[in-house]
Amino acid sequence: MRPTLRFLTDELAERIIAEARDLLCGLGLGIHSKRALGLLGDHGARVDAAGRHAWFTSDLIDRALDAAPPSFELFDAFGNQTHDLGGDRVHFTPASSAIYYLDPDTGRMRRPTTADYVRYAKVVSRLPDIAAQSTAFIPADVPTEVQDSYRLFLGLFHCAKPIITGAFSAAGFALMQDLLMIVRGSPDALAEKPFAIFSCAPTTPLTWSETTSENLLDCAVAGIPVEIPTMPLAGFTSPVTVAGTLALHAAETMSGVILAQLAAPGAKVLYGGSPAPFDIRYETTPMGAAETWLMDAGLNEIGKRLNLPTQAYMALSDAKALDAQAGLETGMGAVVAVLSGINSISGPGMLDFENCQSVEKLVVDHEIVGLALRLARGIIPREDFPVRPRIEELLSEKHLLISEHSLKHLAAEHHFPGPILERANQSRWLEEGASTLPQRARDQADALVASWQPPGFESEVFAGLIERMTAACRAHGQDELPELDN
Amino acid sequence: MELLEQIADQLEKGQAATVAQLTTEAISAEIPAAEILNGGLIAGMDLVGEKFRKHEVFLPHVLLAAKAMHAGMELIKPLLMRDGVRRVGKAVLGTVRGDQHDIGKNLVGIMLEGAGFEVLDLGTDVAPERFVEAALAGGATVIGMSALLTTTMPVMREVIELINERELRGRLRTVIGGAPVTEDYAREIGADAYAFDGVSAVDRIRDLVAGGPGLLGGP
Ligand code: B12
Repeated sequence: MRPTLRFLTDELAERIIAEARDLLCGLGLGIHSKRALGLLGDHGARVDAAGRHAWFTSDLIDRALDAAPPSFELFDAFGNQTHDLGGDRVHFTPASSAIYYLDPDTGRMRRPTTADYVRYAKVVSRLPDIAAQSTAFIPADVPTEVQDSYRLFLGLFHCAKPIITGAFSAAGFALMQDLLMIVRGSPDALAEKPFAIFSCAPTTPLTWSETTSENLLDCAVAGIPVEIPTMPLAGFTSPVTVAGTLALHAAETMSGVILAQLAAPGAKVLYGGSPAPFDIRYETTPMGAAETWLMDAGLNEIGKRLNLPTQAYMALSDAKALDAQAGLETGMGAVVAVLSGINSISGPGMLDFENCQSVEKLVVDHEIVGLALRLARGIIPREDFPVRPRIEELLSEKHLLISEHSLKHLAAEHHFPGPILERANQSRWLEEGASTLPQRARDQADALVASWQPPGFESEVFAGLIERMTAACRAHGQDELPELDN
Repeated sequence: MELLEQIADQLEKGQAATVAQLTTEAISAEIPAAEILNGGLIAGMDLVGEKFRKHEVFLPHVLLAAKAMHAGMELIKPLLMRDGVRRVGKAVLGTVRGDQHDIGKNLVGIMLEGAGFEVLDLGTDVAPERFVEAALAGGATVIGMSALLTTTMPVMREVIELINERELRGRLRTVIGGAPVTEDYAREIGADAYAFDGVSAVDRIRDLVAGGPGLLGGP
């Protein structure tokens, strides 16, 4: 049995969906893209073009949701399948788009550089339980106009894993698409074997900005999968309750799924979220809150009920350093996410309300993820019964260390974290230098960087990426790319 | 308790109806409107601000107090105008060009209004010229800018350059905020002030309106 957490009764889930449909049809949404309004009008929605508003119909909702695929696959840069997003299969990716980077030398947050990003991409490429890379932060040493694409460029250059990303503007998308194409070869190949997911979020309450809705439609048309990480802030921009927030969240996220289907029936979309309770004491949006986990788990159940694959921002923390808070918030979130069966979990590495990425934290979180994934594999009898012969063997041999049964099933049954999580006894730990967790994380990150191998692309791919990115930087007044230092 | 103290006390407790009633009494007792404003309403908001800073009360408490402030303000506004008493100040607020994030900016606006400021909210995706033109047209002396994206924060510099170009420095003072913005960045681009949340935003803007030195050491 795959252990699964459930928080919503059937009745409550149905009620939330019905309420969401009522919002879509009764209140409608502000939609700031002419193209999206046109599509909605063509499919029977009532549209107020001047007021940039549309009211959905029940029929339109049903047809669009029917067209959305219940699962889809992702592939690495070489076309090998890495993800099967659907069912209760879970995959982790570092949380995306941080503003700051936790400097491992000073322990302080600062603006990131190219060198930081290269270090990050190399480390992600070496972490087996982190299935996808993400454009995790924004290096500050290229012109601002191209910063969103530049991190994609650096990621593609150093790591072959599929990539969770997003454009900051409509113009940003075109350049990012070019970069993906250089790796994949052609638009058709990219659509057939997708290896990027773009984040496109509505603006709570009930609005799609021009930038994000245009991105959404562009991706759908190009066959690039999209995640919709809707961000209601409970008690501020959505009802204070988890249930009320889920209803508003469902309306907004469904609207994104629907728009994508109108643009291209069958468009691959993750029903996602990055909700948070608004912390009235500090005016912040905590990702490590129990209510956040409840909302994420709840939205996953709603998404699954709508027969859609899901995504959420979980397994991250609001701590400012690699401390106990970072570990416990990340760990609890990871466990809830995995046991809920959220298909794409964005979180590892992140601190400070999605504002700060840390490579050292990512290395720690990788071990947290390993433990959580082990939980999901659950309890499975492996040639265990009848158990009496094994216990007789134990009684006669005094141990089962080299029992055939142990040797056969050890690897599947016991997950061994390390080198971050310390399991040596005290004397051995002292003898080996009494290292602290941050030290071990630093050493491990350095070791992973040292063992990094560049993706085995043809040299034209590397050259093509550099040429396209350099051209984009030149267009904005910077003649050369920063040193990549490979 | 003296009447003005009572107003401050009830305002601090967020009792809009009682504040309105006490304000009416104060007007009948011919206490000058400016005194009701400063000794009653603003004094009450200051009490709340103080408690908020000490983490004794939270945001909804501040907003309830702001509502009570409004209830009193509505009654004394005509008298203040008659007496020629200036409002606390007028500020233009907006999220800079290319950026849709407005939650933090809205919160700053709510807090400013609560503190008695007049706020001209330009919304999101605001071009540099619009900030300056709206301030001049509306008679505002402070421009508050919000940016949540690393890619949009440079627009704040453009606004400040525009102010300098048009030789409006000193007449229009700037305050900035948002997750990627820091006090160092504010200094670097020549902003007059930086604030990291709604309450500190009110404090900074109050200082600027009162002619305080700001980050650059002078208007
Ligand atoms: C909610 C949110 C959204 C919502 C915004 C809804 C809305 N109506 O504003 C939505 C979903 C629309 C959104 C969209 C996007 N977002 Co966003 N978003 C956030 C999030 C999680 C919280 C922001 C927030 O509201 N905080 C709560 C408020 C109260 O706090 P605040 O904004 O910081 O404001 C306080 C202070 O900063 C200060 N302040 C703020 N403004 C001002 C102004 C003045 C004058 C003063 C004095 C003070 C001041 O006082 C405020 C009150 O306390 C942040 C992460 C974060 N924790 O900041 C990401 C974040 C800012 N977003 C991010 C991104 C990438 C995006 C998108 C590009 C994603 C996409 N691809 O679709 C788009 C942007 C599109 C665009 N062109 O603008 C990134 C930025 C990355 C970067 N390096 O720049 C962040 C950091 C998250 C992440 N890691 O991905 N987002």
